Amino acid sequence: MDGDICATDTATTPPDSDPARKRRVHGMLKLYYGLNEEGKTVDQAESMNPCDINGTHFDPEVYLNKLRRECSLGELMDQESCMVKQIRSLDSDMQTLVYENYNKFISATDTIRKMKNDFKKMEDEMDCLSTNMAAITEFSAHISGTLQDQHAQITKLSGVHTLLRKLQFLFELPARLNKCLELQAYSQAVSSHRRARCVLQQYSHMPSFRGIQDDCHAIMDKLAQELRQKFRDGGSSAEDLSECVELLLQLDEPAEELCDKFLSHAQSRLEANLRGLEAELRPPLSSGPTSVIDPSIGPARRLSAAPTAGSPADPTSPGNPFLSSSSRTDILEFIDRGCNEFVSSLCLVIASYQELFVNRPQEGNLASKDIPHMAIGKLHAFVDALATCYFSLVERRIQEEKSVGDNSLLVRALDRFHRRLQAVAKLLPGSAVPSQGTEIVVRAARERIKQYLAALQSFYLDSLRDVRQALAAPRLGGSSAGGGSHLAGPATGKDAPASLPELLSSLSASILNQIKSVLASVHLFTAKDITFSNKPYFKGEFCSQGVRESLVVNFIKFVCQSSRQFCESAGDRGGSTPPALLLLLSRLCLDYETSTITYILTLTDEQFLVQHHSPVTAVAALCGEARGAAQKLLNHYVKVQGLIISQMLRKSVETRDWVNTIEPRNVRAVMKRVVEDTTSIDVQVGLLYEEGVRKAHSSDSSKRTFSVYSGSRQQTRYAPSYAPSAPMDTNLLSNIHKLFSERIDIFSPVEFNKVSVLTGIIKISLKTFLECVRLRTFGRYGLQQIQVDCNYLQMYLWRFVSDENLVHFLLDEIVGSTAHRCLDPAPMEQSVIEVICERG
Amino acid sequence: MEDDAPVIYGLEFQIHIIDFDDENNIISKSVLQHQAGEIWHISASPADKAVLTTCYNKTSESRVVTCGAVWRMPPEWESGSHESPDDPHNSHNPQNLELLCHLDNSSHGNASCVLWEPMGDGKCVISLADNHALLWDLTESSTQATISSSATLEGKGQLKFTAGKWSPHHNCTQLATANDTAIRGWDLRTMSQIYCIENAHGQLVRDLDFNPNKQYYLASCGDDCKVKFWDVRNINEPVKNLEEHSHWVWSVRYNHSHDQLVLTGSSDSRVILSNMVSISSEPFGHLVDDDDLSDAEDNHQDEKTKEPLQDSIISTYEEHEDSVYAVEWSSADPWLFASLSYDGRLVINRVPRALKYHILL
Repeated sequence: MDGDICATDTATTPPDSDPARKRRVHGMLKLYYGLNEEGKTVDQAESMNPCDINGTHFDPEVYLNKLRRECSLGELMDQESCMVKQIRSLDSDMQTLVYENYNKFISATDTIRKMKNDFKKMEDEMDCLSTNMAAITEFSAHISGTLQDQHAQITKLSGVHTLLRKLQFLFELPARLNKCLELQAYSQAVSSHRRARCVLQQYSHMPSFRGIQDDCHAIMDKLAQELRQKFRDGGSSAEDLSECVELLLQLDEPAEELCDKFLSHAQSRLEANLRGLEAELRPPLSSGPTSVIDPSIGPARRLSAAPTAGSPADPTSPGNPFLSSSSRTDILEFIDRGCNEFVSSLCLVIASYQELFVNRPQEGNLASKDIPHMAIGKLHAFVDALATCYFSLVERRIQEEKSVGDNSLLVRALDRFHRRLQAVAKLLPGSAVPSQGTEIVVRAARERIKQYLAALQSFYLDSLRDVRQALAAPRLGGSSAGGGSHLAGPATGKDAPASLPELLSSLSASILNQIKSVLASVHLFTAKDITFSNKPYFKGEFCSQGVRESLVVNFIKFVCQSSRQFCESAGDRGGSTPPALLLLLSRLCLDYETSTITYILTLTDEQFLVQHHSPVTAVAALCGEARGAAQKLLNHYVKVQGLIISQMLRKSVETRDWVNTIEPRNVRAVMKRVVEDTTSIDVQVGLLYEEGVRKAHSSDSSKRTFSVYSGSRQQTRYAPSYAPSAPMDTNLLSNIHKLFSERIDIFSPVEFNKVSVLTGIIKISLKTFLECVRLRTFGRYGLQQIQVDCNYLQMYLWRFVSDENLVHFLLDEIVGSTAHRCLDPAPMEQSVIEVICERG
Repeated sequence: MEDDAPVIYGLEFQIHIIDFDDENNIISKSVLQHQAGEIWHISASPADKAVLTTCYNKTSESRVVTCGAVWRMPPEWESGSHESPDDPHNSHNPQNLELLCHLDNSSHGNASCVLWEPMGDGKCVISLADNHALLWDLTESSTQATISSSATLEGKGQLKFTAGKWSPHHNCTQLATANDTAIRGWDLRTMSQIYCIENAHGQLVRDLDFNPNKQYYLASCGDDCKVKFWDVRNINEPVKNLEEHSHWVWSVRYNHSHDQLVLTGSSDSRVILSNMVSISSEPFGHLVDDDDLSDAEDNHQDEKTKEPLQDSIISTYEEHEDSVYAVEWSSADPWLFASLSYDGRLVINRVPRALKYHILL
């Protein structure tokens, strides 16, 4: 029952021949009717079941048997009533369907009947048409048969006409060519000739054609001559020239020869340009040297001019009235001229050459294959040769650029130089010229870095000289230059306070500024708008090896080394380098170690985005070097100052007759000088170095009595010494004392603070005093004088040193040794000594 | 084995003859009285071991003058030394030196040192007195001395010789002296200066010594804490610098036979023994012997000697508590040396055994 409906549905879809499409439509229909049977593979398996009441293979018998066998009576009854109910509903459904579609069936039947009538009428009309067409065909065949003869005749006549016109062209060719020659319409002549050439060649066995051919040849030769002449003259424009070449090529001129001619022609012009450039390179004798390095301008000014690019004060600027600008062009102008004249005409030559010989459309028999190849080869050789000349000129010019004043000018010039070469690179890919140009730029940059390093170094030395002068200035009035350098000590002490830290800060600030301005100048090389800044060299090696290593690191090393030299070159006299300078440099190096080096290198790394591909000097290594230099300078300072005081003490001991001296009434003046000098050194060092740590003082350091040797100890020491039987006892106490005190290194390295420096100086001085005393022989009053002097030193020197016991120990040793060297060791009363010392 | 040493004790001046018995490690001393005054310099005759010279301070009428004299030790001192070293009588009954002659130079000022002609017959001495160098001839018995020639250092200021050394080379015709910071060489035949190293040291030059094997090499030391080695043919630059001491260097001595061994004593109370291989007469050890020593035993040793030795400090001796003023090699045993410090301590040391074998093998 359901299947029935399904069959009608399928009957409506025969136009769908495509199986896939059919399936799709079926699917849609199935969806619409909510059916699950389709009569295809899967459903077939289901519907094969004869018990399926909705299946196509339904077998009522089997179904009934199955029901009967399986179900109870009640169930059968239920089943039956259910079945009846279903049948009824299906019947009513079918009836509704029939009613609904009844009208449609009626109208469909009507339409089909009407169509049958119409087709009959149309069939009659078609028959009529076909008879008419047959009549027309017959007529047409008849007409064409009549006209056939005439048509053949006309075709033949027109063929003859064409041939005659060609012949006429040939016969008129010599005259036409001549006329073209007269009118200089070369291209027309050549194209005419080309058209005729093959024919003439083919029929040259006929005398008449032969004559024409010969005439043409003669004329064309003449033409070629004229063209060549024109080509050689070269006065004509580029278009003319290219036309010339094109025509010549069409005339089977050898391309190689043409290339050579073209190039040689261009060469002469380009060489003229180069000569012009070279003429500028030869500086007029009068103004040449001054423009390269102007000795009157100090490095400070030379360098300080860097930020103001192209200012009138710049020595290389053409605006400088002292230089005849006509005779000496600056490098930018020079490069400009080179670019505008030489490079642009070179580009023009390359372009037109390529137009003519390389990029020609290959046509006809002219397209012999090796022309572009050969032409390119020639062009490369030509360009390379000229570029080499040009580069050598440019390099000479760049080498003359020694003044470090204005880097921007050089960079701009190099940029322009490099930029213009890119045009050549574009025109002539594969040429070595641009890379050579880049190499020149790289060399110039390297050279520049070297110059800047030299400038920085000379600047540093100049600043040092200035500092030295500033240090020497106040003492000029104080004392004579020779011999009495120690006499100037107090003067330095008085004048230095105002100036020493100032000098240091101004020195380090000016050096730092200088480095910054140099970095700024060098930085121009890597600016974004400079074409060569993205070359690998400028991105990598220039920044790390060039700027960082060669310039900054080398300069820092130079500072350290030149500082070190002050310790060595001055000999050991210490006279040539003022001690204050040593102190100042030491502080400078120490500052470098603590902060400046890190700062400079960080600055450099930041500015130049240094990527450390290659190993670079570590900050720590530089700092170590700076610290070493600082230490050495400070040690040397201590040595020099100690020596100055030592000399005073030594002279005072050596020049006096200690046996026959009078009873001491005063502290010797020398001792006062020693204390004064020590004080001034203390002030001087205090200006630059921190205080430092010292051991705690005893409550009355200055008042300490010399009881150790003037009291009981002395008694035990000297009393038995008259008895030769006990020589060891005399030294016993002092030896025991020494056993328990630490060994004193006299010239030992000092720390970076005031107390340590002063301790070093005092140690050296007192040790000298001790050794000098041991070489002399003393009388009673000699000993007493030494006692007074030592007490005086004791009163004043303890405050300077880190460990006052050191001073006590050394002074004890001095007095002890003096007593030892005394013929009549009768020490003075401590109270008397104190009275004398306090009196001054 | 003999070491003479000046020691100043109180007002009595003695010469101690220290005898060191190497095998038994026993030190014995005999004391001789030096009545004339405190001794500043002493040197023994190369020809007669009983004869010596001293420079001493003579104090008279509250004036101190330094004089030179030739002495003979009494013949008994040698037998005396064989007594028990601990014998207290030895120092209580000192014998006196016998004066042979004064090197009388009252007209020439204070004598700073007296030098015997090296390897001579004990008839020639030079005394340096203030700014004069005096060449004395002694008679056979050394009882009389006459000045045969003299040289005078001239210049501005008070010039004074501080040290001197008679060169053992060139037939003993050269003398080197130090004054202030300069070192001068003298030709004794003409008594004229042959070279002068100005500013040899930054400060006072304290001592000189000639390399016993290399005739142009000279060592000097001074108050700038440095020891410098000079080639007198090129006096502009020292050949080598040593900066190991932390105070004035008072004495420098080449070993008599192995000149790479250099001994220095300083007032920082240290004695330093250095191995200056690079400028010695045997710079790279005994390379020639390499082929001969084929014994398996020596192979190990050979490998060591093949490596070129570096100049180095062998050792630093810190036994002294006070400034060391004199160091001297033993004239009998090349591996033995003594040093003397202010506090009267005499220290005898040996070259380290390892180095000794290294040099010998």
